[in-house]
Amino acid sequence: MTVMPTAVATEPTSRKSSGSRRTRWWGVLALTITALAFLIPLYLFVSTAFKTNADINSWPLRLIPRSLTLENFVNAWTLAPFGQFLVNSVVVAAIGTVLKVVLAISTAYAFAFLPFPGKRYLFIFMLGALMVPGHVTLLVNYITVGQLNLLNTYAGLILPGVASAFGTFLLHQFFRSLPYEVLEAAQLDGAGHLRRIISIIVPMARPAIITVGLIALIDEWNGFVWPLIVTNSVNMRTLPIGLLYLKENDGINDWGALMAGTLFVVLPVVIVFLLAQRYIVAGLAGSAVRR
Amino acid sequence: MFSYWPIVENVYLSFTTWDFISSQADWVGLLNYQALFSSWSFPQVLLRTLVWVVVVVVVTLVLGLALALLFAQRIRGATAVQTLAFAPHVLSGAAIATIWLFIFDPNHGLSRLVFEAFGASSPAWTTDDSWALWALIIVSIWKGLGFVAIVYLVGIQQIPAEVLEAARIDGAGRWTQFRRMIFPLLSPTTFFLVITQTISAFQAFDVIAMMTNGGPARSTTTLSWFIYDEAFNRTNVGGSSAASMIMFVVLMAITVLQFRFVERRVHY
Repeated sequence: MTVMPTAVATEPTSRKSSGSRRTRWWGVLALTITALAFLIPLYLFVSTAFKTNADINSWPLRLIPRSLTLENFVNAWTLAPFGQFLVNSVVVAAIGTVLKVVLAISTAYAFAFLPFPGKRYLFIFMLGALMVPGHVTLLVNYITVGQLNLLNTYAGLILPGVASAFGTFLLHQFFRSLPYEVLEAAQLDGAGHLRRIISIIVPMARPAIITVGLIALIDEWNGFVWPLIVTNSVNMRTLPIGLLYLKENDGINDWGALMAGTLFVVLPVVIVFLLAQRYIVAGLAGSAVRR
Repeated sequence: MFSYWPIVENVYLSFTTWDFISSQADWVGLLNYQALFSSWSFPQVLLRTLVWVVVVVVVTLVLGLALALLFAQRIRGATAVQTLAFAPHVLSGAAIATIWLFIFDPNHGLSRLVFEAFGASSPAWTTDDSWALWALIIVSIWKGLGFVAIVYLVGIQQIPAEVLEAARIDGAGRWTQFRRMIFPLLSPTTFFLVITQTISAFQAFDVIAMMTNGGPARSTTTLSWFIYDEAFNRTNVGGSSAASMIMFVVLMAITVLQFRFVERRVHY
């Protein structure tokens, strides 16, 4: 069974007492409808990826395929260089995530533990800067990256996104809850800032750091508009842009290949999500409420 | 902090005319802004953006709250459905858009099945300018609903059981409990969700890029697509940055509103 601690833990038992039989009846119905509203599109998507063209193009709609095939994956692969897209996505997501997490840890550490004048205002100032909506700075960032001759490079893809307001804020909140005495003791023992971060803060804040890292990973993987404008050669495209390329290359005439390509884009995130749901949901939804 | 610098540069660009290629941008004062508002097409873009944002945010929040109340009933299987509904939120918008492109296909998609069940033929959702915007709105709602529901659910579970218990003892029915207790106690959550969902609805882009490219007949050109299209398809840097400034001012006003609110609840 799936675990979702924030959602399950504290439900008061008293709420399901009187009149529960009737509630249950429409509740189950509503829950079933909800499940279907999400399951049907996802089922059609996954099954189409494995259907033969004859099945896809036949009407009435074949909910259960007559035979399964991997042909669509082969087609998608020949229509667009998905291998290269995958490499690009992995590089961008991996390096982007590491940089984001390291930067968020050090910024949050500075704001949580180092005394400096005007800290409170600087913190708000920094969060404000990081909250400047990405879409507004798109054009200027593009021009800047162009002037630095970084268009069509991994550096150009990764660098503009490494500062994360969300990560910094979440880690800052978490760091503040750590016992300060431990840090003081380490300082007395002669540990420098780096030492203190690596051997004390990081192990103690592990869950928060994992959350920030996973969310950064998902964001980097799904990133769309920035990779779209900053790369223009097919070989530098990431997977989501590769999907756009596949669609425009072949139009919407080959649903099988398009769904196979889509499956390729979402599968890694689905796996990460199912394995680490606990951290992801708690991080995204929990921090929303705490704020 | 040089994070603010792009904004300053964007202000400057919005007063110039440039095509990415010429050696320098020429100062034209307010001409870009005048150009935006001198024709009907840009005010229409703003109106369309407003429709998009309001419909997406309101419907997502209302349905999300309803789902959260449903999940809170602890019916068997609810956790699995929660996971299922939340999943689209973490999946690539481009992928979700592609899936729905297939569903909306009037010849091979689910849409045909549904409409034929009612004896009608499916509209050509994404290529018909009276349906396209609604197609994209449906996809956006579907993608964001699970997240909103879970955030509301966490909020509902933070309401102390005793409070509702007391209300019930005083004879409050379910609807009264919701209207007088649950909904008011959830107001911080609602406020947070309105702000964040509005900001993200304003910037919705991948769904548009994947499904319609702002068309047909510009019927799905929202402000975010306009900013991209003006700069990267029409090389009108000045016009794009002027539109960016308009988005910036609107979103900043919303963010400041949020900060004012956060100030009162969070202690740094």
